[in-house]
Amino acid sequence: MFLINCPYCGERDQAEFSCGGEAHIARPKNPPELSDDQWAEYLFLRKNEKGIHYERWNHEYGCRQWFNLARNTSTDEILAVYKMGKAPPKLKANIPATPSGEPSIGSGNLSTSKKDRF
Amino acid sequence: MFNNNKYSFLSIARNALNNHENWQKTWNSPEPKKSYDAIIVGGGGHGLTTAYYLAKNHGINNIAVIEKGWIGGGNTGRNTTIIRSNYLWDQSAALYEHALKLWEGMSQELNYNVMFSQRGVLNVAHNLHDVRELKRRWHANRLNDIDCEWLDTKKVKEFCPIINTSPNIRYPVLGATLQRRAGTARHDAVAWGYARGADEMGVDIIQNCEVTGINVKNGNVTGIETTKGTINSNKIGIAAAGHTSVIANMAGIKLPLESKPLQALVSEPVKPVIDTVVMSNTIHAYISQSDKGELVIGAGTDGYTSYTQRGGFNIVEDTLMAIVELFPIFSRMKMLRHWGGIVDICPDASPIISKTHINGLYFNCGWGTGGFKATPGSGWVFAHTIANDQAHELNAPFTINRFSSGELVDEHGAAAVAH
Repeated sequence: MFLINCPYCGERDQAEFSCGGEAHIARPKNPPELSDDQWAEYLFLRKNEKGIHYERWNHEYGCRQWFNLARNTSTDEILAVYKMGKAPPKLKANIPATPSGEPSIGSGNLSTSKKDRF
Repeated sequence: MFNNNKYSFLSIARNALNNHENWQKTWNSPEPKKSYDAIIVGGGGHGLTTAYYLAKNHGINNIAVIEKGWIGGGNTGRNTTIIRSNYLWDQSAALYEHALKLWEGMSQELNYNVMFSQRGVLNVAHNLHDVRELKRRWHANRLNDIDCEWLDTKKVKEFCPIINTSPNIRYPVLGATLQRRAGTARHDAVAWGYARGADEMGVDIIQNCEVTGINVKNGNVTGIETTKGTINSNKIGIAAAGHTSVIANMAGIKLPLESKPLQALVSEPVKPVIDTVVMSNTIHAYISQSDKGELVIGAGTDGYTSYTQRGGFNIVEDTLMAIVELFPIFSRMKMLRHWGGIVDICPDASPIISKTHINGLYFNCGWGTGGFKATPGSGWVFAHTIANDQAHELNAPFTINRFSSGELVDEHGAAAVAH
């Protein structure tokens, strides 16, 4: 559970919002020319990033506006909020050194070696 | 010589004479060798069953199971232990029914009590759409030779007397399907039992070892990088559940998966009060009682990608509201523990058990919210796929390619929420 700073309403509980999944996936401009694999890429394949994830959110039980979030999926820390149509900001986050090198505020799924934690 | 590893009444009596000081370790913890015939990444139920059946059915014993944490610490020890096979489509029904048949003989086969209890699973209908959908599933199950019954409201009340069948609640009980062969099992015992069985056949179970890279040369997989060094093998099976995308990323493969938290909770232990499993898709809740007496309650997934193994309180609240409406008797129960696990969800709510375009690299993922019930069947077909470099007939429909071909196995109706 976390708080989301809606660009239109301010900080609200995450329960008021619904997530629209990965952001910045543009619909192909030339649909008839696309191969099946290219369609699959557009429709189904996702980065599913462990680290900085750019995603769309809707303030469903509030102003009902859409906007973008950059969130670290290994900690749920929100790094940036930006409006629809804007380019994703370049960000640095504490990304786990190894796939499970969880930060202390992350999960109980601790890393195997102390030096990988932060 | 007396085999101290075989559990029996006799072995308990014999060990009692030594104050139980001579029991063998359930499995060994070896250091990894330089190379193996096959490596399984992920020491959960699916990974361990894969190793077990590779050794047992295909004679490949030189295997390592690589686990970043400990055996039974991942989703195998986090699910709500429900086992059933009442899926809608022929492909899924065949896969899950194969698993259910393996569950029925598991404790005997493993010489390890997994406490499989066929107490029946009710899938409750709350509106006309549910009734139609569940009746369709009932008929589909019967056509696939899977036991399933339709119970009307009165029969639901007889089968599970504590359920609230008042017509005046927000989501009244209009009926339910019942699969009597379905039930629950002790989830960590399943991991331990298969780990022990695989270890006995020579499989190396390597815990606290994390995969940090996958080595690929000329389109062939050659090994993995781990926190315990490089391990070579030209067959690598990935069964990493919520972290599958992270591993796939190391090999440059993008998968149709989204990893989300799925929460569950248990109550304080009470005397036996509910002797079946009750599930509801519409109001997002499922409940059973463990042998310890705790109510085991599961929720729906949180609606966003996360690897944090925790979710939002609103999900827990919604689930408990539904539980309390269906079972007013539980309204004053105290909840004891609550946790989350990260589940990898496919767009069609069906798994991927498949080869990839990299030779020797195989994926078993996308089980989403309901992989536990498939544990033995999943390992069985994944072992076949790895050993023969070709899908078993049961997992042939569950390729990665189905997302390009469009041959999806849409099980949202049977799998979306309730597991």
